[in-house]
Amino acid sequence: MNRTLTCIICPRGCTLQAHIENGTVTVTGNACRRGEEYGISECLHPMRTVTAVIGVVNRDGKALSVKTKDPIPKEHIFDLMAVLRGMTASAPVAIGDVICDNIYGTQVIATGSVE
Amino acid sequence: MKNHDIVIIGGGPAGMAAAAAAFDRGVRDVVIIDREEHPGGVLKQCIHNGFGLHKLGRELTGPEYADVYVRMIRERGIKVYSDTMVTSISEDKTVTATSTGGILKIRAKAVVLAMGCRERSRGALNISGTRPAGVYSAGTAQKLINCDGYMVGKRVVILGSGDIGLIMARRMTLQGAKVEAVCEILPYSGGLTRNIVQCLEDYGIPLYLSTTVAEIHGRERLEGVTVAQVDASRTPIESTKRYIPCDTLLLSCGLIPENELTQAAGIDIDRVTGGAVVDQFRQTSREGVFACGNVLQVHDLVDHVSDEAETAGIAAADYVLGKNTDAPCIETRAGEGVRYVLPQRVRLTGDSVSLYLRVREPQSNVRMVVKNGGRVIKTFPRLKVAPGEMEKLEVPVGLTSGDGDSLTVSVEVQK
Repeated sequence: MNRTLTCIICPRGCTLQAHIENGTVTVTGNACRRGEEYGISECLHPMRTVTAVIGVVNRDGKALSVKTKDPIPKEHIFDLMAVLRGMTASAPVAIGDVICDNIYGTQVIATGSVE
Repeated sequence: MKNHDIVIIGGGPAGMAAAAAAFDRGVRDVVIIDREEHPGGVLKQCIHNGFGLHKLGRELTGPEYADVYVRMIRERGIKVYSDTMVTSISEDKTVTATSTGGILKIRAKAVVLAMGCRERSRGALNISGTRPAGVYSAGTAQKLINCDGYMVGKRVVILGSGDIGLIMARRMTLQGAKVEAVCEILPYSGGLTRNIVQCLEDYGIPLYLSTTVAEIHGRERLEGVTVAQVDASRTPIESTKRYIPCDTLLLSCGLIPENELTQAAGIDIDRVTGGAVVDQFRQTSREGVFACGNVLQVHDLVDHVSDEAETAGIAAADYVLGKNTDAPCIETRAGEGVRYVLPQRVRLTGDSVSLYLRVREPQSNVRMVVKNGGRVIKTFPRLKVAPGEMEKLEVPVGLTSGDGDSLTVSVEVQK
């Protein structure tokens, strides 16, 4: 099977041709190694980094931006969002603090800080 | 009246990078004036990832990218006047600002303009209909959701497919809203292809090209919009009109450099970019006043804003240190297929100059041709070009002097 993909790793957005045979993916059209990795992953098990905001219990009206430290399986994006909706942080929070450990094989970490 | 060597107006990515670069060049007395409570500018609300790959070699979210530069200015002890808004810049480079503490006047040796840009509003777009609540510029909605934690609506139509519109389509979807449509009046999207893939296609959000919002409906709150395809003159085609019920309309229809200060100071403005006319060191028509970032030209990537700001910061420092050049200039011109070229003036000094430009329309298999008078001095083949992706051409300065008085860049289709 052949698939045409747009690499989403960097703004260059290379058009990738992926050839899938017996579970092995060969990628062409990529300008760098990350493009090849993306092409393979996108065909076998698409992954995405998710970013969102959560509430801060002791700082009314403040939102804390967070992200998954690593990409998670694409099919779990909305499950993760549901978990994040019920989640709050407690100030002070520093950039890089772990907000939630061990979720979909990674962590949710703060990308902003609240004093 | 206070005195500082370099005053930087704006504490976003451009202002912070310019400040750090000027400091590192040897001018220690650098201050930033920022109208917001915290530095970082628009990056604070851009919580998505994809920043920094070019400049920092790692992928960061907006707040993380901003934090890298906040730390840089803190480490250097660069003062930020927060909650302070500049109201004028005089001819002798006295900067006047208002703040909670009253009026602030600073006499500067050099000024760097880094005020960023603003979104085009509904009024500027002339969309007919009522004036209900629920019509936001995409960036306003982004700020409300990401900084204030306030969700703006449930059923959404987005007009404009620039990157902010695409990013907001995904953001609204992740927060539980239903994005009914992204409409783009042009026959192509102005956003990066990667954003069409990861923001629209990933979530099955339809993108309608050559389509606009013809009318807004609703009394207190938005109830729906009429969308229509447009003809070649961008006029809605009556027979294609259809109604989409929605409670929220986000407008992502272009960014305008915020140059009221620049204009009031009598500095020359380029009518196409909406920013100041500059040389390759980002010096404006006023000696000792420099400009960088989105106030100069609207960029696609913050990485390029940081690069441009470093150029301006270094040049401002050199000006203060008396190391600036007054080499003669030639002008640059946008030729066939090119909307603008920046810098608008090239000083004939140094080894090479980077020309930044945007093409008029998407094309493939072209070459960018740089000519001096009638003579071709360099060509750059490109597999594909698009208005949404700024081009950078490195041209040797030695080749630019000579027979003509201007450098023209044009797009030619490869034979």
